[in-house]
Amino acid sequence: MNKLLRILFVMLLARPVVRLWLGMTVRHQERLPTAGPAIVIANHNSHLDILALYSLFPLGLIPRVRPAAAADYFLKNSWMAWFATNVVGIIPVVRGGAGAGRDPLAGCRQALEAGEILVLFPEGTRGEPEALSEIKSGIWYLLRDFPDIPVAPVYLHGLGRAMGRGQWLPVPFFVDVAIGRSLCWQENKDSFRAHIRDTFLQLKQKTLPAEPGPDSH
Amino acid sequence: MFKLLLPPPLLWALGGVFVLLVLASVAIRVLEARKPEKNWLELKLRIKTWWWIVGCFSLTLLGSIPLALVVFALISFLALKEYLTLCATRTADHVVLFWAYLSIPLQYYWLGIHWYGMFIIFIPVYIFLFVPMRMVLIGETQGFLKAAASLQWGLMISVFCLSHMAAVLTLPQLTGIGVPAQGAMMLFYLVALTQLNDVAQYLWGKSFGKRKIAPKVSPNKTLAGLLGGVLTTGLLGWLLGPLLTPFSPQHAALAGLLIGSMGFIGDIVISAVKRDIGVKDSGRLLPGHGGILDRLDSLTYTAPLFFHYVHYLYF
Repeated sequence: MNKLLRILFVMLLARPVVRLWLGMTVRHQERLPTAGPAIVIANHNSHLDILALYSLFPLGLIPRVRPAAAADYFLKNSWMAWFATNVVGIIPVVRGGAGAGRDPLAGCRQALEAGEILVLFPEGTRGEPEALSEIKSGIWYLLRDFPDIPVAPVYLHGLGRAMGRGQWLPVPFFVDVAIGRSLCWQENKDSFRAHIRDTFLQLKQKTLPAEPGPDSH
Repeated sequence: MFKLLLPPPLLWALGGVFVLLVLASVAIRVLEARKPEKNWLELKLRIKTWWWIVGCFSLTLLGSIPLALVVFALISFLALKEYLTLCATRTADHVVLFWAYLSIPLQYYWLGIHWYGMFIIFIPVYIFLFVPMRMVLIGETQGFLKAAASLQWGLMISVFCLSHMAAVLTLPQLTGIGVPAQGAMMLFYLVALTQLNDVAQYLWGKSFGKRKIAPKVSPNKTLAGLLGGVLTTGLLGWLLGPLLTPFSPQHAALAGLLIGSMGFIGDIVISAVKRDIGVKDSGRLLPGHGGILDRLDSLTYTAPLFFHYVHYLYF
């Protein structure tokens, strides 16, 4: 039942919004994982981000794609909690939960062990429109336990403009998506975080339009 | 309805376009076989996209008027979206942009109910006044003029100007003069001449072009390209006029010259905008061409001017 709901969600909401209402150009779609266990990391500016990421995958794979999302935000009320877990299919992550002795990433570990494709936003929050926030350490801790799992970095450009923080109306803008080569875990936490940030910034360059040259028309 | 929109001259003209496309596709194969060392990918993509554009345009002409209005509204939607994606918009104006998009279905609805008076003033008067009103109610004054002006310019170009293609199509219904089939034939005349003019200017420029005509805006534009193109389009207009329009021979030649010269202006105006923003193409929607505004740039000028030319002289 949940599988069907999730496929319908992508087919009837995510894809029409992202492909028709907005319009998306994708670079290197072939670099996305086609089977789990795998991790997809993306920059985060909008609630539309997850719709855009979902519309990159074939429908048959959707039940295996699981985005990690903040429990304090999405499980606030019961209706939203039902929608987020059953229709969107999020894995709740308790932000700041590590201090209380609980493992905030337990759900993510389970998903990877079950061979699912985990979608993470390593900035942890949507932040300012079209600006990259600090990369949090969660991804480093998770990968320390699963160092062999491929990590596909995805840069999403333009979704923060279409519907940024505090906005509830998706305004049409063309969005560009660039997917990078798989990342490798590094022992040094800070250099790994810097590596992720650099990768995102490099991919961002690929989403920007070409500048006029001497042969422009 | 179906029969009315399919007059024999239009079928012949559409057939002619398909013959041109077949010739272009064959020519590119031959060129590729002769000079495999050159990169033909861009040209091949461009011709492939032309097949799609001509196919969709033909289906639009063959279908009913309401369907054509929906298709043209979609074209305006894509053009405005492309423009706003390039433009620097303010976060504060989020809702205003949403309202701006809503003007598209309305602008085409006026054509659907044949309300010419509203069609012609809706964007330049009502939307022109509404946009700043909605913006001032939000209250952000930083960058107000630039944001309001660029949004209005985008609406004029991509909604108001481009909607004149659909206005040409519905001109007999708008004025109650002539038969509906004439609208489809005149729309074909306008679009085919505008696009052939682009091609003719390019070919004349490539073959004989020396003196640059707008070096800062568009370094590839030459005097020979412009003159050769305009004269070719004038000649084509004169030749196709009796087949597709009610024009007298002089009026047909003049229409061709008008489309040729104003198509050039539309082209370089959009080029100037792209230079200002700092992009090569307006988008990536049409492989081999760039964005939709790259393809429709000439029509932003020729469509409204041709519309009024016909409206004044014949309808």
